[in-house]
Amino acid sequence: MIKTSGLCKTFPGGVTAVRGVDLAVEAGEIVGFLGPNGAGKTTTMRMLTTLLRPSGGTATVAGHDLLADPRAVRRRIGHVSQGGAVSPAVPVRDDLLLHAMLYGMRAAPARERIGKVLERLGLTGLEARPGAALSGGQRRRFDLAFGLVHGPSLLFLDEPTTGLDPQSRAGLWEHVRDLRERDGLTVFLTTHYLDEADALADRLFVIDRGVIVAEGTPAELKGGSASLDEAFLAITGLSPGEGAPSAETSGGSSSRRGAAR
Amino acid sequence: MRTVLRDTWIVFLHGTRIALRQKAGIAFGVLQPLLYLVLFGPLFATIGTWETLVPGLLVQVALLSAGMAGFGVVFDVRSGVLERLRVTPAPRVSLLLGRVLSSSLTLLIQSVTLVAVGYGFGLRARPFGVLAALALMTLLGVGLAALSNAIALNLAPELFAPVVSTAVVPLILLSGAFLPMSMAPGWLDALSRVTPFRHVLEAVRDLFAGRYLTWTVAAGVAVALLLSAVCVTAGTRVFSRDAA
Ligand SMILES: Nc1ncnc2c1ncn2[C@@H]1O[C@H](COP(=O)(O)OP(=O)(O)O)[C@@H](O)[C@H]1O
Ligand SMILES: [Mg+2]
Repeated sequence: MIKTSGLCKTFPGGVTAVRGVDLAVEAGEIVGFLGPNGAGKTTTMRMLTTLLRPSGGTATVAGHDLLADPRAVRRRIGHVSQGGAVSPAVPVRDDLLLHAMLYGMRAAPARERIGKVLERLGLTGLEARPGAALSGGQRRRFDLAFGLVHGPSLLFLDEPTTGLDPQSRAGLWEHVRDLRERDGLTVFLTTHYLDEADALADRLFVIDRGVIVAEGTPAELKGGSASLDEAFLAITGLSPGEGAPSAETSGGSSSRRGAAR
Repeated sequence: MRTVLRDTWIVFLHGTRIALRQKAGIAFGVLQPLLYLVLFGPLFATIGTWETLVPGLLVQVALLSAGMAGFGVVFDVRSGVLERLRVTPAPRVSLLLGRVLSSSLTLLIQSVTLVAVGYGFGLRARPFGVLAALALMTLLGVGLAALSNAIALNLAPELFAPVVSTAVVPLILLSGAFLPMSMAPGWLDALSRVTPFRHVLEAVRDLFAGRYLTWTVAAGVAVALLLSAVCVTAGTRVFSRDAA
């Protein structure tokens, strides 16, 4: 479903955020992309979703070459960005209809499909509201609805539960699992929460400072460690440039929790 | 091509539905030229004509309304809406052009209002000339709105409003909106010829007067067409680009 080779990105200002990422994700998997803040998760995801042009490397996403045929990739993927995408001033229903129609759906089937997606996400009755009148958890589920409305086969979720209360987080996890079970969706999600990776993902890639430093099932990554926290600390502690972590990598709540032990 | 037209239409309808809901926004866009019409027009009419002033106010509203169209995109970048649109397979030109056309429709509504009030005060222009002038202003609005969107995506968000509102004032003055530029000293006249708006404005004055097949009209139409083509092309490139 996803295959990348040597994917990298240097921003115009000179910051190299991703330095040679190789990933392989099979159809039907939930794959977690784990790493501290500033590791390059969002940058990688924005390349895979055609939003950023890679500085180097190649990738096939949902059966199509990322660089040669970005439109074919866009047709088959859904993307929920880290910051969300619900317009504060427009009734979500209107934006959802526009979104679905831009994937080629006609108005009537689009409305029907939107109704189904909203029902499934427990959002029925809220669609006439503008984003500003929704709670954080509701808004995040609408973000998910935007990613799902055209029936993609591959869904990208960038930190889907950051900032949500525990109940909303658990609810969102349930929805993600359900999408895989019932629709066979492949899910690629970034997170800096170890519990989220542990609870949700079949397989994990750990990224630190722009390179993949570990890969495997949560159980494999835990190895002898009692928890993923300890394993994570061990892994990122062994990464290149060890010693003082960079400013960005010290910010994550997960690494702070790990360090406190 | 069919996808381009269809998606442009869809984005246009969506933008228009939102714009029409915000009637206060449309009213405020035309308020300043209307104030000129009401509070300055009667004074101006003692030395000039309404047929000179109203075309100037049409250029003014075009710059104030379509010229500020990029404001919407600043908000859409911040809220993640633009990025959400950019992951859809919609052609990038449609994402821009749909927006731009809906800004241009807003401008048309404002221009019609201005002309209608102008008639109330004593404007006497040929009906066909007025229709042709409104069409020309709408075309100019496409170019201006596209330019404004492109500028908005190239500037830091907090700079957009001050930069554009500062640029609008000299452009209005240089167009000869309030007095014909033929009265200006040589250097000012020359400078104003470099800005596109003077040519469009003089074409509108000719059209109002019922002079349809003049070089001035041809120049105005050509300038508006060229501006639109260049700005839509540039805007589409900006919409396709990475970090938008
Ligand atoms: N548009 C940009 N321009 C320059 N640097 C950027 C840009 N976006 C992200 N970065 C930098 O790239 C690095 C990785 O960022 P990001 O991919 O957002 O990390 P993560 O999502 O893992 O927290 C960070 O150092 C960040 O500051
Ligand atoms: Mg991120």
